[in-house]
Amino acid sequence: MQTPAPVDYARATSIDHALQLMEERGTDARLIAGGHSLIPMMRLRIARPECVIDINDLAELDYIRVEEGELRIGAMTRHAALLASPVVGEHYAIFHDAERRIADPPVRNRGTIGGSLCQGDPAEDLAAVASALRADLVLRTSQGTRTVPAREFHLGPYETAIDDAEMLTEIRVPIRPGVSSAYEKVKRRAGDWAVASAGAYLVLRDGVVADVGIGLTAVGAPHFCAESAEVYLLGKAPTEEHLRATSQLAADACTPRADQRGPVEYKRHLAGELTLRVLRRSIERAEGSA
Amino acid sequence: MTTTGHHPPSTTSPAGNPMGFGRMLRKEDARFLRGQGHFLDDLSMPGMLHAAILRSPVAHARIASIDTSEAEAHPKVKAVITGAVLESLNLAWMPTLSADVQAVLATDKVRFQGQEVAMVIAEDRYAARDALELIDVDYDVLPAVVDARRAMDPGAPVIRDDVEGRTDNHIFDWEAGDKAKADEVFARADVVVSQEMLYPRSHPAPMETCGTIASMDRVTGKLTVWSTNQAPHAHRTIYALVAGIPEHNIQIISPDIGGGFGNKVGIYPGYVLAVVGSIITGKPVKWVEDRSENLMSTSFARDYHMRGEIAATREGRITGLRVDVLADHGAFNGTAQPSKFPAGFFHIFTGSYDLEAAHCKVSGVYTNKAPGGVAYACSFRITEAVYLVERMVDVLADELDIDPAELRLRNLLTPEQFPYTTMTGWEYDSGDYPRTLRKAMEMAGYDELRREQAEKRERGELMGIGVSFFTEGVGAGPRKHMDILGLGMADGCELRLHPTGKAQLRISVQTQGQGHETTFAQIVAHELGIPPEDVDVIHGDTSNTPFGLGTYGSRSTPVSGAAAAIAAQRIRDKARVITAAAIECDPADLEWEPGRWYVKGDPSQGRTVQEVAMLSHGTLELPEGVEGHLDASVVYDPPNLTYPFGAYICVVDVDPGTGEVKVRRFIAVDDCGPRINPMIVEGQVHGGLADGVGMALMQVIAFDEDGNCVGGSFMDYLLPTSLECPSWELGETVTPSPHHPLGCKGVGESATVGSPPAVVNAVIDALAPFGVRHADMPLTPANVWMAMQGHPVRTDLAVR
Amino acid sequence: MQVTMRVNGAEVHGDVEPRLLLVHFIREHLGLTGTHWGCDTSQCGTCVLWLDGEPVKSCTVLAAMADGHEVRTVEDLEVDGELDPVQKGFMEKHGLQCGFCTPGMMMTARWLLDHNPDPDEDTIREAISGQICRCTGYENIVRAVRWAAEHPAGAPQKEQEVEA
Repeated sequence: MQTPAPVDYARATSIDHALQLMEERGTDARLIAGGHSLIPMMRLRIARPECVIDINDLAELDYIRVEEGELRIGAMTRHAALLASPVVGEHYAIFHDAERRIADPPVRNRGTIGGSLCQGDPAEDLAAVASALRADLVLRTSQGTRTVPAREFHLGPYETAIDDAEMLTEIRVPIRPGVSSAYEKVKRRAGDWAVASAGAYLVLRDGVVADVGIGLTAVGAPHFCAESAEVYLLGKAPTEEHLRATSQLAADACTPRADQRGPVEYKRHLAGELTLRVLRRSIERAEGSA
Repeated sequence: MTTTGHHPPSTTSPAGNPMGFGRMLRKEDARFLRGQGHFLDDLSMPGMLHAAILRSPVAHARIASIDTSEAEAHPKVKAVITGAVLESLNLAWMPTLSADVQAVLATDKVRFQGQEVAMVIAEDRYAARDALELIDVDYDVLPAVVDARRAMDPGAPVIRDDVEGRTDNHIFDWEAGDKAKADEVFARADVVVSQEMLYPRSHPAPMETCGTIASMDRVTGKLTVWSTNQAPHAHRTIYALVAGIPEHNIQIISPDIGGGFGNKVGIYPGYVLAVVGSIITGKPVKWVEDRSENLMSTSFARDYHMRGEIAATREGRITGLRVDVLADHGAFNGTAQPSKFPAGFFHIFTGSYDLEAAHCKVSGVYTNKAPGGVAYACSFRITEAVYLVERMVDVLADELDIDPAELRLRNLLTPEQFPYTTMTGWEYDSGDYPRTLRKAMEMAGYDELRREQAEKRERGELMGIGVSFFTEGVGAGPRKHMDILGLGMADGCELRLHPTGKAQLRISVQTQGQGHETTFAQIVAHELGIPPEDVDVIHGDTSNTPFGLGTYGSRSTPVSGAAAAIAAQRIRDKARVITAAAIECDPADLEWEPGRWYVKGDPSQGRTVQEVAMLSHGTLELPEGVEGHLDASVVYDPPNLTYPFGAYICVVDVDPGTGEVKVRRFIAVDDCGPRINPMIVEGQVHGGLADGVGMALMQVIAFDEDGNCVGGSFMDYLLPTSLECPSWELGETVTPSPHHPLGCKGVGESATVGSPPAVVNAVIDALAPFGVRHADMPLTPANVWMAMQGHPVRTDLAVR
Repeated sequence: MQVTMRVNGAEVHGDVEPRLLLVHFIREHLGLTGTHWGCDTSQCGTCVLWLDGEPVKSCTVLAAMADGHEVRTVEDLEVDGELDPVQKGFMEKHGLQCGFCTPGMMMTARWLLDHNPDPDEDTIREAISGQICRCTGYENIVRAVRWAAEHPAGAPQKEQEVEA
């Protein structure tokens, strides 16, 4: 097994302490939460931080609560906790659908939502979930906090809007009355990254789609979502014809790259097919026939 | 200590084990369950150093320069070895198992990505890895030969310019069968169908990677090598020949092995380097590879580009089979198979069918990839042969619109035809094929499945049923025909009974999870009627065990198991003579029951095996010509291979929108003759069936056009998990081998051989509504979907 | 740096480099070699042990991160010479062959049964889906866990089935 390069270790005792350590050590330091993105890269020596700042003691970042009309998730919340949370499942099945297919059980015991989002992998499932749900991400420095929409958080592969000495602390999702949601993922094998995934939420009112969000990952969808598809479906009846047209728009908005998981035409097809399926599923759930 | 009354022999031992064949729980579990196994990396010696290997990042390049000065200056580094150092010791090259040579460390060129370039020996593994980064190598990159189909293009870069006079990448041509007869049969056939198919490069990937600890004792001149090693005696002899160390001064020890599957048969450069390192430093040197080294440099498996043609009557009687194979052997020819067979046993490709004629030609070529080819439970290329014939039968079924199971029933060899000599010279020992296929069909509910499939097709749902029938040839083998580097494949076995009637069985084969410590004890129990818990099975240490060629190719039961049975029989025969001497009767007056010889008609007069053991060590006067003690030593030269067979049926559901394949059911009926331990046999089958799902649906070691390996980690070389595998449904038929002392045939690789075509046949069957006749493994969702669109993908070339 | 943690109920100390992986600390500093390693990419799961009561891939945790925490390895399953029902189940049902993935599988099985005493086959397969076995094809591992679920007190080794 491969081994990391020499590194220093510091353990944060509070959020402020973490931020202070980040300021002191600069960009050569990396936060380590679940560690299941960073440590594999360190073992391969692709990542060579001079210092890791362990934030696993920050219990104040490990929570799931409903507050002020929002589902608020602390950045240190483990995948396993999200999957097991009745509160999350009650409001947004999309999270459970996604978490069920993220990595594998032991990895989910350690990996965190914050770590996953900050890693910025172009195939990250939670990025698609956050974008679909139009979540807001709370970032904090020693100077204060700011909120960045999920749809503006990812700037490119492995690149996010987080500044130096800044930390993601919370993910906020508006609670939408009458909402239903779903997520689907195609992978080559259990635990693999997505070949393509799609997630959606919608709210039906008076027979039409009153609100909708569509997220996609691993297919080069800008900001992990399909805005033109959403715009199209808004206000329309959820007929099969409309859903198909929506899915086609979602597929058209993607720029997948060919790799061992599949060629471009296949991934683009999946983007459409999976969008269709999650929309259908969301409707089934809304109608109580799920 | 005479018996006073007669008690019928118990079928269970005092510990509750079967007194012979049966579902005995394993002795070896005791340590593994407690985490007390002794795997290679668990071992530590005083003063032990750690080695790490620097490997080439490119597939083909001249080495312009190597600067190791910084690495040598690292405070924890004890030595750095390069090809130049080895050259001065005449050890830069080592012989392979296929009469080629392989670089231990590159000298002039590197010839595959991952090839060994330098070795660092340091105080701990972290420091060794650090030091690798301090070695500076300048490469002049050369164009790489990646596509085997282009390896013989005029002007293709010559890879093996280390060999004088080499002008191309050709290794060998090999043929079997009767070409003229085959051509004649094809010319007059009603129907001829051809199909190209790839058996992609794969890798056994046992959970434990390869490794070694080498310790050269400067005082005694003795070399001790612990290594993950399926063939310790062969290694000892090869080290003696290559390194010039007297063979009696070499001891090879295989500790517990975390899976072999053919990955741990050959000698890898890392092992040789550890030996050299130990000689140089005077300390034990441990080298354990990481997973990327395992996948990128140790023996891969398969990589056969095949073109099959099948000839038949309109009614579906197969008359002929022709195959052309292009074999990608990587940069060095290091395949491990009996030396007379450069394509292994591929010429068993006529399979389980009665044909009029057959011919195959195999051409081997070099490419800029890791060496290997024979590994991963292939039974020496029988995986490739069975895949070829079972796919061709399905292609024919598709052409003739005949049900694939029915087509097989029309062509399977019948019991009256055995022993059957195939068109290519194999003598199948025994079999009742139709019975086995029918049993599988019955277990599967075949007709019901076809009805379900018809209904689903009307609704646009894709369900597939795949059949595979295979004949294996295992238990290499008769020493006249089968050798590895000149070492004939006959194996020794020694059985010794101690005075108190406990036994030690020393065997030449080497378990890697097959349960030899249990099954071989059961063989002795079966023949001698002593409790299996009283039989200690010793293996893995060349100083304590007789010579043999090791465990691979499912040969342990056929060869070493036969030797053990014969050794026990000889002891039983000797026990008769000693009993007769003790009772003062004629040996002819004695009868045997398990564990005891007794006087015919007077059962109370007899001696148990345990009593005889004591007598044989005691003062009893023995007859003329009979020596004391109770031992037997056997070298078993098998008269033939054994031929297990089986019928497999796979049921899949394919998602038409995504191409995802779900294996719903898998029915496997195996026939390996009598089963020494049915529990262990079933476990072997379960494991092999998972291999089929893996190879058919997800496993491939692919390369991009520059020769970069895409498959050097478990991120891309995907192995099946518990979620991809169904609950296996097993059945059995029993057709004993007429020539094996126990009637047993090998079985360890049967499922790996028979399952991939069953899964592929099922998927292709599911795609029939799309007019898909064939698509290559691995049938990932993308590859399935592309086949459905009419654009099947070439799966060995990586997309970057 | 100094690390202190509880391993199998006992406090242990070590002087380690910050980069030392937990799996190496357990195996080499503590000599508990029952936990294995088998890949470079946190996939194979032969390194699974419990960290703070949950199955975790110990190749993907720094020993420094486990400082002050609780570790449990396969060596802790047997108590006073009595095998855990999970261990007995693996033996009864031939849930292991080479034994290399077995400690990790058993630690996950033990955790599963502690939280879900009567899991169905799908639940068991899901629980072990992050760990690879090359020998068993998973069937007997699933049966072993079912056996342990059905014999929580760990029944004594049953009478062997015998065939003549």
